[in-house]
Amino acid sequence: MANNPTQFALLSRILHWLMAAMLLAMLFIGVAMVASLGNYHRLVAIHRPLGIMILILAAIRLVNRMCTTLPPFPPTMSPLERRVASASERLLYTLMFALPLVGWGMLSAGHYPIVMFGPWHLPPILPANPTLYAVLRQTHTLLAYLLFATFLAYLSAVLFHTLIIRDRLLNRMALWSTRSRKSKRSSTT
Amino acid sequence: MNEWNAMNSSEPDQMSETSPAPLRGGDLVLRLAAIGVVIAGIAGLFLYAGGWFNPHALSPATMITAFEQTSGKHPGFRRNHAKGVCVSGYFESNGRGVALSKAVVFLPGRVPIIGRFALAGGQPYQADAAHTVRSMALLFKLPDGEEWRTGINNIPVFPVNTAQGFYDLLLASAPAPATGKPDPAKMSAFMEKHPESAKAMQLIRSQPVSSGFADSTYNSLNAFRFINAQGVMTPVRWAMVPVQPFVPYHAPDSGQADKNYLFDALITSIQSHPLQWHLIITIGQGDPTADATLPWPPDRQQVDVGTLTINQVESEDTSPARDINFDPLILPSGMSGSDDPLLSARSAAYAESFTRRESEHKDPSAVSPAETGK
Repeated sequence: MANNPTQFALLSRILHWLMAAMLLAMLFIGVAMVASLGNYHRLVAIHRPLGIMILILAAIRLVNRMCTTLPPFPPTMSPLERRVASASERLLYTLMFALPLVGWGMLSAGHYPIVMFGPWHLPPILPANPTLYAVLRQTHTLLAYLLFATFLAYLSAVLFHTLIIRDRLLNRMALWSTRSRKSKRSSTT
Repeated sequence: MNEWNAMNSSEPDQMSETSPAPLRGGDLVLRLAAIGVVIAGIAGLFLYAGGWFNPHALSPATMITAFEQTSGKHPGFRRNHAKGVCVSGYFESNGRGVALSKAVVFLPGRVPIIGRFALAGGQPYQADAAHTVRSMALLFKLPDGEEWRTGINNIPVFPVNTAQGFYDLLLASAPAPATGKPDPAKMSAFMEKHPESAKAMQLIRSQPVSSGFADSTYNSLNAFRFINAQGVMTPVRWAMVPVQPFVPYHAPDSGQADKNYLFDALITSIQSHPLQWHLIITIGQGDPTADATLPWPPDRQQVDVGTLTINQVESEDTSPARDINFDPLILPSGMSGSDDPLLSARSAAYAESFTRRESEHKDPSAVSPAETGK
């Protein structure tokens, strides 16, 4: 990343796209499963371990985030826009931790076994308690809607930069290296 | 937080290029529209996945709301099998189940159980009656931390084989406001639409009813799969068959029998001596696993894998079993659901009922701590 400061570090970019796919899948599985009778069990069986995988990846991602230098914001972003971008990043990180933890806590409070794969299961992280379960169950739904809304706002902003401002904001997160293309372009213009 | 801001702002702006010239009117509108389509499309797919565009489709919420509409709303109680009493005891495996399933519950030895006996229906204060379906719900606490939960009933087959059938039956058998009894016209319309239910109910009616909870046989109704250590899968159904001898039901002597006479008899017998059932596994041989209205042939191999002993009884006002969802798909490794569509539907509807009742204040149960001695 030192040689290519306009892009995020490779590990950051891999984690970004992997988690984007997992989180979006998780949101769709979640909203579909609570409305489904026939597919409920199949979806819950994916939802639980996938949520724990997201929690683990979120921890790895946070450490990675703390340890890497970020590419600068493009000059096309105003100070206000930069503050909004940083705040939404913090919100997304918080939700990546909060949603799986609330889910895990909710199952604990609801006296459910937290089944992962086969006989492998997780211990409860909260005591069984009906009120606690009810509050966490509601919180899980609200946080999921908040995550989806934040994702839509975030995607709108990225699309606006990419299609309207055309400042190649997306290149910062592209999985491939964008340096050679950029330097070629700047030499021809 | 500040550190993150600092990390961002401490970087000098290194973008070597400036943005391209602003877009012209038509192009700008087109691009903005494209963004709108993408965002609205994703939001629309999300709402579609959540069933927002089809609010009348059968869902866990519509199913549980149907219970509330037909039985009245009883906050804090299960929406079905609302009237019940909690029990505990243990299951002693004889080791014979190991050949069929690697589930830890079948290793020789004892595992604690908690459970609940109940009457079907959404009314927690209904009077006990002979022909109301009786259920036994069990949670086996396995030594490795796994759980096996099962809800089983004293009928030989289930009256429906799909969630839609269940919903239709629920509405057809709802008491009419005028008479307080199901509308016969609605019931016959249901039977016409669901011939499988007509057949199943005939079989259910032909079975003699036992005197109470203690001498009832409780059947899994749905089929499951057992997987043994060699990876061999066996389709199974199970039943708890009472050690207590079968006594045919006879109506209580006086017309003013206690509303809780079935529960009272159960409580009295558990308080005087432990009750026992054999867990009998029936092995399917090409038998239907996706249709709970169909019985399996009576000559199928049956394996007695252990004995359930129930020696404690407690009102659900004080028992932890009140706050347990006896979801039939909470299974240990070595067991799994079959292709029976009712299993996932039960799992989903139970979860919805559980979530609703856990957030509500519950009135005292019909079967009180005083009755159970606790």
